[in-house]
Parts: sequence; C-alpha cells; structure tokens
Amino acid sequence: MTTEAAPVAAAPSLWKMRLTLAGRSLKQNWSLFLGTRIGLLGLAIIVFYLLLAAAHPILMHTIWDERTYDPIIGYAFDEPVQPAPPSLSHPLGTDPLGRDILSQLMFSTRSEFLLGLLAALMTVCIGTMVGAIAAYYGGWVDTLLMRLADIMIMMPAISILIVLSALFEVGHLELAVLIGLLSGFGGTGVVLKSQALSVVVKPYIEAARAAGGGTLHILLVHVVPNLLPLSFLYMMFTVTSAIFSEAVLSFLGLLDVRMSWGLMIHTTESAGYLLQVTEYWWLIFPASLSITLLCSSFYLLGRSLDEVVNPRLRRT
Amino acid sequence: MAGYLLRRTVQILLTLFVFLTIVFFLVNAQPGDITRLYSMDPSLPPETRANLQELFGVNEPLWKQYLVHLKNTVTGNFGVSFSLYPRTVGDVILERLPRTLVLFVTATVISFYLGFALGKIIAWRRGGWVEYTSTIGGVSLYTVFTPWFGLMMIWLFAFKAGWLPIGKFLDPVVWRDAPTDSNTIFNLMLATAAVLTVVVFAVVLATSRKRLAKAPLIHVGTIAAAVAAVVGVWLASGVGHLAFDLVRHMILPIATLTLISFAGTMLLTRNSMLEVIREDHVMVARAKGLPEKVVRDKHVARNALLPVVTSFVFSLAFAIDGGVIIESIFSWPGMGQTLVSATVSEDLPLAVGAFVFVGIFVLVAHLAADVLYAYLDPRVRYR
Repeated sequence: MTTEAAPVAAAPSLWKMRLTLAGRSLKQNWSLFLGTRIGLLGLAIIVFYLLLAAAHPILMHTIWDERTYDPIIGYAFDEPVQPAPPSLSHPLGTDPLGRDILSQLMFSTRSEFLLGLLAALMTVCIGTMVGAIAAYYGGWVDTLLMRLADIMIMMPAISILIVLSALFEVGHLELAVLIGLLSGFGGTGVVLKSQALSVVVKPYIEAARAAGGGTLHILLVHVVPNLLPLSFLYMMFTVTSAIFSEAVLSFLGLLDVRMSWGLMIHTTESAGYLLQVTEYWWLIFPASLSITLLCSSFYLLGRSLDEVVNPRLRRT
Repeated sequence: MAGYLLRRTVQILLTLFVFLTIVFFLVNAQPGDITRLYSMDPSLPPETRANLQELFGVNEPLWKQYLVHLKNTVTGNFGVSFSLYPRTVGDVILERLPRTLVLFVTATVISFYLGFALGKIIAWRRGGWVEYTSTIGGVSLYTVFTPWFGLMMIWLFAFKAGWLPIGKFLDPVVWRDAPTDSNTIFNLMLATAAVLTVVVFAVVLATSRKRLAKAPLIHVGTIAAAVAAVVGVWLASGVGHLAFDLVRHMILPIATLTLISFAGTMLLTRNSMLEVIREDHVMVARAKGLPEKVVRDKHVARNALLPVVTSFVFSLAFAIDGGVIIESIFSWPGMGQTLVSATVSEDLPLAVGAFVFVGIFVLVAHLAADVLYAYLDPRVRYR
C-alpha cells in the first residue's frame, strides 16, 4: 500500500469526506429500503429471533434450572406425562423425551444463525473473489472458473448433501462449508462476475493501473468494494438456503448435530406424533414455523435489498 | 447455432464425467467398502468373504475399479439392489423414473402458468395491497419448510377431511383383483396424456396463427372435447377405476409442489416485467391509446417471457433434485424417495444408481434449456 506517498495533512479530510459520502448513501439507501416495506417485515422477524437466541444463555443462568431445562439432556421432572402440554413452567410444553420445547427452540436459534452466517460468509468470500478474478484477468482463468461454476450449478445440491451426510459425519460446520463451496463457486460467483465485468472497464481502474497500482491492490481496493452491495444481497439468499438445507437434512435424521429445529421435528416423527396435529400442536408448530419464518425473513430482506441495489427495479 | 450447441454438449459430457468421478470417489472415500454390510458378518466363512470381495472387485487397484465404474455407468449396468434383492438397479430406476417425471412435469407446468399470470398482475399494480399480500404470501410458501407443509396438506385433506388418500402410489384394496399391474396402467396413462397434449397444442398453434375472432371459443371447445374423449375411452376400457385411483394419489403431491414453487415464477415475472415496462415501445403502445390489458399482455408480458421460459427448464431440472423431500413425505415411489431410502438403508448400488440418474437427468435438462435459450434469444445463437 502507498500510505507514505500520500500527504499526511490530507489524510483526515479524505477520511472525513469518505465518511460523509458513506453516511449520505446509507441514508439514501435506508429510505429506499423503507419504501419497499417487505424488507422491514423481514428485519423485524430476524431481530425477534436474534433476541430469542440471546435470551437463552441468560435464562439458563438465572431462572431456568439446568437439569430441567437443558435442551439436550434435561428432563421435566415436574410433569407426570411426557409430552406435556404447555403450562406456566413450560410455555411450549415438553417433547416426548421430556425436554422443554421453548428451551430447545431458543438454543437451536443460535446455531441456525451461526450456520447461516458462516455459509453466507463462505459463499460471499469465494463468490466475490471468483467474480473479481475472472472478470479482471479474463482469458483462460475466466474460462476455467466459469466452467467450474457450470459444473457446480448443475450439481443436484440436495441429493449431494443427502448422500454426503449419509456417508460421512456432517455437522453444522461441514454443512456450512459445503454450501459455501457449492454456491460460492457456482451461482453466486457467476452473478458477481457479471457485475465485476462492468466494474473492471470503468476509467478509475485504468487510472489506478496507470498510477502503478498492483493487481492485488486494484482487486481489493477498487474492484471488490464495488461488488460488496451485490455480495451482501446474495448473502441473504444463501442464509435462506443454508437454514433450509440444515432443516431438511436433520429432519431426515442424516445430520450429526445435537439439537436443531429440523431435529425437533425428527424427534416428533420418530415418536409417532406427526399426524396428531391438533392434539400435540406444540410438538410440530414451533419448530416448523420457526424454520419457515426465518427462511422467509431472510428471503424478504434479500428481495428488498435487490430493489435497493438494482436501479432498474426502482420506481420511476 | 450448431457450433454453440456442439460446444455445450461437449461441456455437459465433460461435466457428466466429473460428476461420475465425484460419485466414485465419494463412495470409496468412506471407511470399508461396498461389501462391508455383509462381509462383516462373523458367521461368514472366510472363503465366502473372499468370494464376495472378488465378486464386487473391491480387491482390484483403485484405478481399475474406477474404469469399471465408468464402463458400467455407460452401459447402464448398476448391479443388483441390496434391499430389493433379485431386482437390478436399472430395473428399479426404469420403473420409478416415469413416476417422478409425471409428478414434476405436471406440477412445474401448472405452477409456471399460475406464477406467470399472477406475476403479470402484481407487476402492473405496483405498490398496492395486492402486491404486498401476494409477495408475502408467495415468499412464505416459497420458503416454507417443505416437509411440514406437505404434512399439513396430508393432515388437512387426507387425514381430517378424508377426501384424498394419505400418500403412497396406489390403494391395494382397489388393485386386489386388477387384471394388469400398475405399471402398465401408468404407462397407458402417460401415453394418453402425451396424445392429449399434442392434440391441444396443435389446435392452439393452428388457430392462433390466423387471428380468428372465435379462437378462444375453439380452444375451450377442443380442450373440452379432448378431455371428454379421454375420459370416455378410459371409462369404456374397464380399468378406468384403476387409473382414477392413481390420479387420486397424484393430486395431493402435485398441489403441494405447485403451491410451493409458483411464487418463484411469480416474483421472476414481476421483476422481468418491471424492467420491460421502462422501455420506449411500451410508452408508444400507451400513447396509441391501446387498452391497458393489451399493453400488459402483448407488449410487456411477451418481452418479459424470456427469463421465465429459461427458468422453467432449469426448474424442471431442480424439481427432480428438490423432489427428494416431497417424495419422501408423500411416500411417492419415485427417484427421490428411492435415493433417500436407499441411502438410509445403506443399499449402496441402488443409492449410487439413483444418484447418477438424478445427475444425468439434471444435465440433460440443462442441455434442453440451452437449446431453448438459443432458439428464443438470437443474441446467443450468433455469438
């Protein structure tokens, strides 16, 4: 980097200008985001689940006794029959093994968020780098990366995940990495490359090259930041697909995790309560609705961000 | 065009090769080998164990096994299923592939028709409550936890109301003294559906070219007559009640799949419409004083169709993949359910066979999408 070449006195004002510009565009985008309305709904649901996830350790340390409320090895000694219907001490009842449903739900929320975030970060890091490099270098690098993307897109993803998780021990971490690889080298990489193509022909890239900027410098400082809005958008869609895949795989009982929303329904299914929907609603609805709500909230957020970053969708 | 398609075909063959390689190494990367399920049995004499390993060729060097794997895949020889013992994997797959295809082609066609019609409307009424409710409703259905949604459908329409059967492919009571087996009936139904589609399509194509004033009347009349003829023939054939039983079992999975997937098309159509609306020819059409409906359907919707058609073929490919879930929930004995149950019960030959077939199908669908795209979009053709 060329920090020494820049005049020292100019540095603070440059940063101030950058901050002002960033603040202005943030304010503008925020009002655009508010205009879409559906994004706010998604954001509200996400905040609700974030609060749930944050409340679990606090509750466990204060009012919830560990032997009764542990999401995995706890047992509700105060209930004579398991699964017990909702009561004051167990707001969402207990599962067939005597564990508190609310505690399970809140405990799983944290790992769902971590899984989604990790998968999305993997996807976006790989996708952005693939897109930027393919667009910047062109030629055989581009061909190689795009043919790889073709292969990744054509893979039957859910079938691959099912076979993989049956053959090997796949937990949250491995699943996040798998989803990140599949979608980062696949669809997301292609979309980000098409965006990067319009960035690398801009005059400021040429100016940077003329000023003697190295390849890495140009890629990281000039190309990647211009891809970030779109990357952020694709993070949202990756979160949706990651949470969904995790739920399906653990519902089928193929995932090596200790507790998750999909696993809660798997427990219900293997205990035989699956079709007693009205009699044992608390065994089925909390987990399924949580999966659906969280998936659709990230999707809605992605849709409304799409309208913010894609000028062609804006209202005239 | 020919060059483009040739290039894509070569690419897809290459992808298939990579896919087969991945399948082979995935299976071989796990501890033990394909005979482990039986050869670990302590009551097995050593020579039998050696025989078994000889039979499956697991003592050969890896590269030789890999070549055999490739050869067997090309010749369609996937071996004998463990869980359905005397039947070969190819036989099982040939029986189950059409079932999956029928389910997903029907559901995809319906959901695209529905999604396109709804997408047109919500793009036109931007910002109204219609848009918000259908977007939120559509997205919730699109991202719903599929097993749960399928379950709710079963519970509501099959368990509580009792209108439709709970999953499975047929009702054994109805089929107890049936003259033929279900596969024959099913294949006959497929043939009927194909003939019906061709007839209706031909009539629609023939009349829409001539700008007849009575075209809608002719379309409805033809469709009604063709459907009546089909129903009449099946009723007269004496196995109509068997076909009806299969149709009854199909309704619920198709309805569920349609509800889950129509929102994707709807939102895609909406975005595509919103981009076309800004173009000049739309303003010209409005300035000419054409009715809003004509502007929407003839000037905007037709130009917005391109990405929707492409995504139609792609979603056919992905339907097979995503169908794994729906088929397991509805116990529909298609490819997806076969894949899951074979994987869970460690029936490796069947699992590998089903996996390879799903992969091949997805690749073929991609090739079809490319052909269609090149046909529809001249910019691709002349590249």
